Amino acid sequence: MTRTKSIIGKAVVSFTGLCAFSAVAAVVWIMGTIVWGGHSHLTWAFLTQAPAAGMTEGGILPAIVGTFMLVVIMSLVGVPVGTITAIYLSEYTSRGSKLANFIRFAVNTLAGIPAIVFGLFGLGFFVQFTGGTLDRLFSPEGKLVWAQPNILWASLTMALLTLPVVIVSVEEAIKTVPRELREASLALGVTKWQTIWRVVLPNSVGGILTGAILAVSRGAGEVAPILFTGAAYFLPNLPHGFTDQFMELGYHLYIMTTQSTDVEKTLPIQYATTLVLLLLTFALNFGAIFMRYRLRSRRVAA
Amino acid sequence: MRILPVPAQPDQGTPPTVNPQSTPPVPPPSLPVRKVLTMKKPFRAGEYAIEKFIQSVAIISLVLIGLIFVFVFREAYPLFTGKVLAAAPQAQVEEAETYGVDPGAPDIVEAPELEQNQENFKPSSLVGPSWQPVSLDPKFGLWSLLAGSLKVTLIALLIAGPVGIFAALYTSNFAPKWAREGMKPAIEILAGFPSVVVGFFALVIMASLLQNIFGFQYRLNAFVGGVAMALAVVPIVYTVSEDALNAVPKVMMEASLALGATRWETALFVILPSATPGIFAAMILGFGRAFGETMIVLMATGNAALLTASLTDPVRTLSATIGAEMAEVVFGDTHYRVLFFVGALLFMISFSLNAVAEFFVRNRLMKKFKGA
Repeated sequence: MTRTKSIIGKAVVSFTGLCAFSAVAAVVWIMGTIVWGGHSHLTWAFLTQAPAAGMTEGGILPAIVGTFMLVVIMSLVGVPVGTITAIYLSEYTSRGSKLANFIRFAVNTLAGIPAIVFGLFGLGFFVQFTGGTLDRLFSPEGKLVWAQPNILWASLTMALLTLPVVIVSVEEAIKTVPRELREASLALGVTKWQTIWRVVLPNSVGGILTGAILAVSRGAGEVAPILFTGAAYFLPNLPHGFTDQFMELGYHLYIMTTQSTDVEKTLPIQYATTLVLLLLTFALNFGAIFMRYRLRSRRVAA
Repeated sequence: MRILPVPAQPDQGTPPTVNPQSTPPVPPPSLPVRKVLTMKKPFRAGEYAIEKFIQSVAIISLVLIGLIFVFVFREAYPLFTGKVLAAAPQAQVEEAETYGVDPGAPDIVEAPELEQNQENFKPSSLVGPSWQPVSLDPKFGLWSLLAGSLKVTLIALLIAGPVGIFAALYTSNFAPKWAREGMKPAIEILAGFPSVVVGFFALVIMASLLQNIFGFQYRLNAFVGGVAMALAVVPIVYTVSEDALNAVPKVMMEASLALGATRWETALFVILPSATPGIFAAMILGFGRAFGETMIVLMATGNAALLTASLTDPVRTLSATIGAEMAEVVFGDTHYRVLFFVGALLFMISFSLNAVAEFFVRNRLMKKFKGA
């Protein structure tokens, strides 16, 4: 009886272990394949040149710059809004607050809305509605300036998509600030906002940074929201202003794999582009995970 | 209310509960009281303004949900009033050549003899088997797309569900410390893979591999898309399940062990059943992710809008249809509006799935453990 039991037990443990291991193996497999396929083409020239010969040769510089600009504009909007929301949820509301619960529900819902729907929203709200209104007001003789897909609308769409990421991770960080610090500050006669500004926020910088990193990582990897809010197939110039379109790594990869004139010939470029994208998100995620573990250990210590 | 005497120098160093401005009630005659301390919060205009500002920023998330629905549905609305072509002339102005070149996947056009007048679009024509948006006689039947989405989602969940749940059971109950510390970040890394990278991997590596193993007729099909999608869904199922498993009170495990049950019996028959609502939530969230994910299916499923029973035929999902076709439509025409309607559909599905996961499952889980 006990023998059978221990055999079943071993089988259960091994099977669940196999499941866990297969998930890890998938990570290793994907990364290994892409590093193997892309490392030889990943040269300095590849990173610093524009695509050439109908996108069958050359590098990916415009896509890298475009991605960079996208995540910078996105963070400038998304991180402050997300941080303020997190502050509201954790500092200004009590546990049973209805409004806070609604906002929390909204944040969770936002996190679950498909990226492509954000793309549609960006097209409908930013490009058509906001851009259209701006053009009606400021653009002479019906020339289209804002009512077109551009880097600003794409970044704003991406900021909305990554908002829940920022909110959740900042809130988690704010929770790790010990209650005693706040109470000590309040007991000294400092107001609530001063306490938040001088005590809570400086102690949550790590969490805000983690949130920003995670958001950037997510934003750099998503393609669906920018498909029709600003990403371009090929541009000879880098974007110079908010109303320009831009090239982006993920979109570039999508285009190269599905719509390239010669898929076989450009395969090394595809691999190398994937590798760049993967290294970028990997580095960002690794940084965020590292910071989060440090935060958690601090909470345990506190 | 406490009434205390306060020294002559006011303000500096007094606790925030002090209200120097508030009008003191009649002080007891015997004591020379100058200030009254109350537990009431003093009113400060600056603080009030800051709080209101923070509150209004926080409400953005709430408003956003409404805005997304309104603006996605707004573009689809004319479908239901029959004024589809009214927007078309304006469309030519807005049709800037800026959406990238997107030939899309070739549609199977058979052009059957059926009259359909674009000016009087009937909402009922959305209910139909064939999706042929660019033909002489365009058809916008959503069944094949819905079937495509469901096929891919089903395959993804059949793989990712067990893998994610058992992996969570392993790391929360059986794994030695080193394995747990290694596996959790690895799965987080998997969650961080951009979907376009997973799509690329599926398209270039997995599709050929699976075709060689199973001998598929088409290299890209629902099964390949589903397997690739499973890679994206595993982290969600794993994370939420693991949270649920860890939330099971330790006393339950201890009681079970004390009664002589082994570790695996405890894990399978005590902890796993207690965490069922959370695991259910994990599956719902995984479903939502798989149903709405665009780039993986766009790259790995072959994108042919076929309505078949086979899981190894190419499919076109709802999300991939938007991704592939929005770039080529004329603003304001029927096709454009139908794509927005598909988006509104995706929005409503993900919204309700989340609501179910949120209110129903998580609350029940919480109540269950609070009661325990």
